[in-house]
Amino acid sequence: MFVRRLIKPSYIPSLRAASTVSRKSSPANTQEQEPISLLADEFRLREFGKKYLGDRKVAFTEQLVIKAWQAVSEPFPIYRVTNAEGEFLDTSLEKDFSKEMLVGIYKTMTKLNTLDKIMYDSQRQGRISFYMTNFGEEASHVGSAAALDSKDLVYGQYREAGVLLHRGFSIQQCMHQCYGNHLDWGKAKQMPVHYGSVEHNFVTISSPLTTQMPQAVGSAYAYKLSNAKLENESDKRIVCVYFGDGAASEGDAHAAFNFAATLKCPVVFFCRNNGYAISTPASEQYSGDGIAGKGPGYGLHTVRVDGNDPFAVFNVTKEARRLALQNIPVLIEAMTYRLGHHSTSDDSTSYRSEAEVHQWTEKDFPILRFRKYLQKKGWWSEQQDKDWLAQVRKEVLHSIGVAEKMPKPSVEEMFQDVYKEMPSELVKQEKELAEHLQQYGEHYPLEKFQK
Amino acid sequence: MAVQSSMMLNAMKQLWKSRNLFSQRFSSHFTFVPSVADPSLGSTTKLNLCQTINGAMHTAMEEDDTSVHFGEDVAFGGVFRCSVGLQDKFGKDRVFNTPLCEQGIVGFGIGLAVSGSTAIAEIQFSDYILPAFDQITNEAAKYRYRSGNLFNCGKLTIRTTWGAVGHGALYHSQSPEAYFSHTPGLKIVVPRGPIQAKGLLLSCIEDPDPCLFFEPKVLYRNAVEEVPDKKYLIPIGQAEVVREGIDVTVVGWGTQLHVLLEAADMVKEQLGISCEVIDLQSILPWDLPCVANSVSKTGRLLISHEAPQTSGFAAEVAASIQKECFLNLEAPIARVCGWDTPFPHVFEPFYLPTKWRCLEAIKNLVNY
Repeated sequence: MFVRRLIKPSYIPSLRAASTVSRKSSPANTQEQEPISLLADEFRLREFGKKYLGDRKVAFTEQLVIKAWQAVSEPFPIYRVTNAEGEFLDTSLEKDFSKEMLVGIYKTMTKLNTLDKIMYDSQRQGRISFYMTNFGEEASHVGSAAALDSKDLVYGQYREAGVLLHRGFSIQQCMHQCYGNHLDWGKAKQMPVHYGSVEHNFVTISSPLTTQMPQAVGSAYAYKLSNAKLENESDKRIVCVYFGDGAASEGDAHAAFNFAATLKCPVVFFCRNNGYAISTPASEQYSGDGIAGKGPGYGLHTVRVDGNDPFAVFNVTKEARRLALQNIPVLIEAMTYRLGHHSTSDDSTSYRSEAEVHQWTEKDFPILRFRKYLQKKGWWSEQQDKDWLAQVRKEVLHSIGVAEKMPKPSVEEMFQDVYKEMPSELVKQEKELAEHLQQYGEHYPLEKFQK
Repeated sequence: MAVQSSMMLNAMKQLWKSRNLFSQRFSSHFTFVPSVADPSLGSTTKLNLCQTINGAMHTAMEEDDTSVHFGEDVAFGGVFRCSVGLQDKFGKDRVFNTPLCEQGIVGFGIGLAVSGSTAIAEIQFSDYILPAFDQITNEAAKYRYRSGNLFNCGKLTIRTTWGAVGHGALYHSQSPEAYFSHTPGLKIVVPRGPIQAKGLLLSCIEDPDPCLFFEPKVLYRNAVEEVPDKKYLIPIGQAEVVREGIDVTVVGWGTQLHVLLEAADMVKEQLGISCEVIDLQSILPWDLPCVANSVSKTGRLLISHEAPQTSGFAAEVAASIQKECFLNLEAPIARVCGWDTPFPHVFEPFYLPTKWRCLEAIKNLVNY
């Protein structure tokens, strides 16, 4: 009431209405309006709830409680379909998965694993400059990729090669990229494992973390507009963007979550929470309920899944895609563990124990867990496994041999694609280098490059 | 009688000056010099810069149904009224507000462009473009290059208000073009008035590379001229010789071009010095041959911009011209720029590279 006295006389109607509070109490005035404070409360709750809080029902409280975050809600449970032995917990779900599809998933997971092992060694031998393995995260890549449509656009971080392999990106193409030869579709401009393919709807990887997230939302918005013009439901597409738990701390993640929710974009956010960002453990990355815990705050449909269970990852991604097609963005947090070093430039034993890694390898290695299921079903045998791994190994080694022999692109390629058309100043610089090499070429590794 | 009236006039001038000193704004450090449109473009309409930009966006969005316009507060017409009527005409799906987050706006715009939409993003003030610096320089600029031309975001144009406005202080006055000029892959454009804005903005929107379009906000309403009604493009990367001359070449862009024109008038009148005035228009790529040709003729060069001097774009122009025109130069290349301070509030009149500072620099070039 103090405040009301300060209100200008022109607002007197509210003061007059306020006087009804006292009149209301008298039985003679039963036809009176509701007390002004209640009317104002109703008005304010309606305004705050509808306009400020996304049409939510909100109430006043006289209890001063600053809620501990843990008290707001239960942590997101981890959705799973199979246990660590690869056994279905609800066997009625088994019928959703065909032998053909599962063997395909297994083959991609093991192909990725074999590729990683050989490439890791290859870097150790100094044959390529850099590599990042996917050890322990194979199930999350392939399980999610299998649930997407091949025309859905994928944006990745760098540890999602399984998605590409599932889409048919060849081992040979991986090699061309890692070796930076003239057959690399990226024209040998980037570091190894920065893959990209138009044919496989996989946007070229870049090193700056999380920048792909708001971009994925923008692409999803473009699809939202184009989807609306399509009559056939099966022609519609969504965007799926992968990122790690560390990347989720970048400002761009905040931007992406918020833009996706407010602009209602057909996008699936797929977080690989593998417990570490290089040396930084999750406990130093965030204090809340993981990455999933952020979802509701943005108004995102959210789910947490066992990232080592390809069945579970498949199910959540498929459902997320269904929602995304209705322009409902979804956040998936896949819980997994980074078994390998962060990269070939990292020795993870300096910040985590070998025992910890060993435990994860022993207790929940996704490939082993999945193979157990396939073998129990009689869909895969020890012999098949041996033969398949030998075949993949041969393919990888062969493709290394091919990639290694290929020359790098011509030096002029360095000046291409800065712009669509080369500006005259850049033409001059290209010429300057050419003239320099004419004179000093012997001091440069020209023999490795195409003429 | 004559003396008396001239004294009175002086007194009134003094009064006017002191009134200005105590008022909140120190705008109009320049007089807008309208351009004359190419007559071959046909009929014209008198428009200010806002209206012209608005019209250009209408044209672009009519022609291309994949185009969208977005940013902070663009839906109701924009805080500078540049997007008035767009949402009514093209709908909420194509013209919409985003959350208040510049890195999100640019990242989102890149994604739209990657997937084939024409994205016209607005950053409310170029002072606030820096949260998006990473998305612009590491991402937008390098998209085509790093993917070997598999992907690109050439359909992205970022419009943003730019430059001094009289009272904008640190965060409503900046001219950040030099930060971006150090980034291969970007195109950067600054128009000096409505006629150039229309042709250059439409070029940016159609250009196959990501473009930054800086709009001198002090000109939004101050700059009024006869703008051709039909669509036309002004090529990016080309400077314009706005006035021919023989003694000194003066180069600038945006609002500063008008300051330079006035300084050129003053030296002509007072000292008979003839300046060749060049509007660079494009900062990246910039028109080195045009400036070099002019300096080869005049032998003297002044470059002027509002942004701070050290590592400002004038440094790039000066170094390049010094290399190209070493034998023609009769005097050291002069730079008249903002001081190496943040952009101040009450000191704006002393901060700006005023016509008086330019006049002095031109005099010194000739007397060297």
